[in-house]
Amino acid sequence: MFGWILGRRGRHGFDLTDWLAFGFLGLGVVLMLGPVLWLVLSSFKTEAALQEYPPKFLPLAPIERVVPGYEQPLQMFTVTAGEHAGRELAQVRRIGLNAQMVDPANPEERLNVNIGDREPLREFGVATENYTGVFSRFNFMLYFWNSTFITIVATVLTVLFNSMAAFALAKYKFTGRNAVFVLIIATLMIPPTITLVPLFLVISQMGMVNSHWGVIWPAIATPTGVFLLRQYMLTIPDDLLDAARMDHASEWRVYWKIVLPLSAPALAVLVIFSVMWRWNEFLWPLIVLNRSEVFTLQLALNSFQGELQTSWSNLLAMTVLTLLPITIVFAFLQKYITQGIAQSGVK
Amino acid sequence: MLKATATQLYDGAFNLFERPMLALQRLFGQSRIAWVFLLPNLLIFGLFTFLPIILNFVFATTGGDRILLDDRPFVGAEHFASLLDCESYFDPNSCHRDLFWRAVGNTGWFVLMQVGFMILFSLITALILNRDIVLRGFFRAVFFYPVLLSPVVVALIWKWILQRNGVLNAGLEGAGFGTINWLLEADWAFFWVVFVSIWCNMGFYVLILLAGLQSIPTDVYEAAEMDGTPRWRSLLRITLPLLMPTMLVVMVLSVIRAVQAFDEIYVLTGGGPGSATTLLIQYIYDVGFATRPRLYGLAAAASLLMAGVLFVLTMMQLAATRKQSGDN
Repeated sequence: MFGWILGRRGRHGFDLTDWLAFGFLGLGVVLMLGPVLWLVLSSFKTEAALQEYPPKFLPLAPIERVVPGYEQPLQMFTVTAGEHAGRELAQVRRIGLNAQMVDPANPEERLNVNIGDREPLREFGVATENYTGVFSRFNFMLYFWNSTFITIVATVLTVLFNSMAAFALAKYKFTGRNAVFVLIIATLMIPPTITLVPLFLVISQMGMVNSHWGVIWPAIATPTGVFLLRQYMLTIPDDLLDAARMDHASEWRVYWKIVLPLSAPALAVLVIFSVMWRWNEFLWPLIVLNRSEVFTLQLALNSFQGELQTSWSNLLAMTVLTLLPITIVFAFLQKYITQGIAQSGVK
Repeated sequence: MLKATATQLYDGAFNLFERPMLALQRLFGQSRIAWVFLLPNLLIFGLFTFLPIILNFVFATTGGDRILLDDRPFVGAEHFASLLDCESYFDPNSCHRDLFWRAVGNTGWFVLMQVGFMILFSLITALILNRDIVLRGFFRAVFFYPVLLSPVVVALIWKWILQRNGVLNAGLEGAGFGTINWLLEADWAFFWVVFVSIWCNMGFYVLILLAGLQSIPTDVYEAAEMDGTPRWRSLLRITLPLLMPTMLVVMVLSVIRAVQAFDEIYVLTGGGPGSATTLLIQYIYDVGFATRPRLYGLAAAASLLMAGVLFVLTMMQLAATRKQSGDN
């Protein structure tokens, strides 16, 4: 019955291993997407609904109503059993196992209801104020702009400089070429986390502490990018370049007008990587950027979760907004991203 | 419209550099122009990669809390000596720098657990996805999605689930178990640090292993099937040996990354409770940047020790697989 959906392509029948395989994959989907889905659902809940325990799956906010004679809005309940069964009452206070309640239509009369006999009234309410609050109270646009600036500038420079170097290494014969190539590849072996302290000295000597350039410059000469592009450019036939040179094209024209357009697939992979790296980067910006007006989104998120232990509503909304751009990019470019990574083996 | 603007920008950038590049080409000649193309990249490499590597040794052998090298007195191997000063290397309490050794111990456990279970789960997932099933692309994308999320987002997602009044505790209570303060109990915090780190990295290795599996020619399996070889046997005798080169890449990459784990852990637990989830990079960050006085020398010495360990680990793995392939 489920053969068409669960079965393997071009095969009939369905055995135990297929059941196990799909059980595993189903569990995997829940484990991988569930937490993200939970975050998104939670981000639409009001602060009151977020405080509720146990939490409800959907953003259902408890209904509160202003009752004459009471300053605070009172939470509404429906009574399920006892002498007041079927009525909708507002709770004044709870004393032990009893709740003091009033009918909003008749606020003078206090009623006693067993707490087991009442259910909170709820309505489906999307708390968009979580999101608007992120913009009005937390300067979200500033951090978003900071992150965007770093990501775009660093990516443009990465692609430009790496492709120039790759072009030189792939298409020219000169003494020292292999030495340079080996030197660049060797830095793949040296993780950037090893050189935090001396890099900080270099950056602070150049006056780039608390500047976005302090995050951008160290990031752009990626050995991964040079390697990736060089390997791709090796497949471009030299005859093509020589033909252009016969027509008196300058070396710069050969690079910009012939080699770069032909390397578009590899460039696209590097662009995707670079955007991912810079948008998600955390440790180095954490060291270089100390003033909140230069914070990237990641730093802002981190510092808010430290400050606002209790106010989850804005924090959750901000987290969703931070993961949104990457999610959209992934949704459209999923195939290219996974292929690019599988082929090049870098992340 | 958009395309026209993009083309205009592209041509504009070309025109911007054409004259100076032509002048340089006349100056240097056609083949030495390669150095001009290399220059920007090499300059940045030199300034932000090679120079710091050398400076790291200078920092590691000088003391004080000043960043400028002129203000730093030479102390020789003092930092290394103080980091390695232990009565017993198995008991961090007996060490002069007890936090460092706790971080070393934590990192050791973390690498063992994280890499071990991650490779196991990634391999199972890749093997299943390799079974030519329906919706393969979808499943692959689902497992890969968390890889793209930023470490801060990953940590906050799980912090929200694991908090005291979170959905996990609610679920457990609903099922009749007690609640646990997951991130405030040392052992559980460590478990979740490993778990979350696997969660957000696994998809990458699934992808690499899947690519490795798909490069194994199918006729090997067909031959095995003709001989009536059971499936589990062809898995052990054909698939896994042929997957070894990919496995090596996965192992080297994942160990190198696990030793340097920091981001998501720092946001999730901050290294706590106590120092239960403080790993090496966080120790370096704490000592060198987060707490005053900033002990740059100690941080540099610790990172050099870490680099040494990384190097040895990588070489060991390479040697192990080389030996193995030599035996076959």
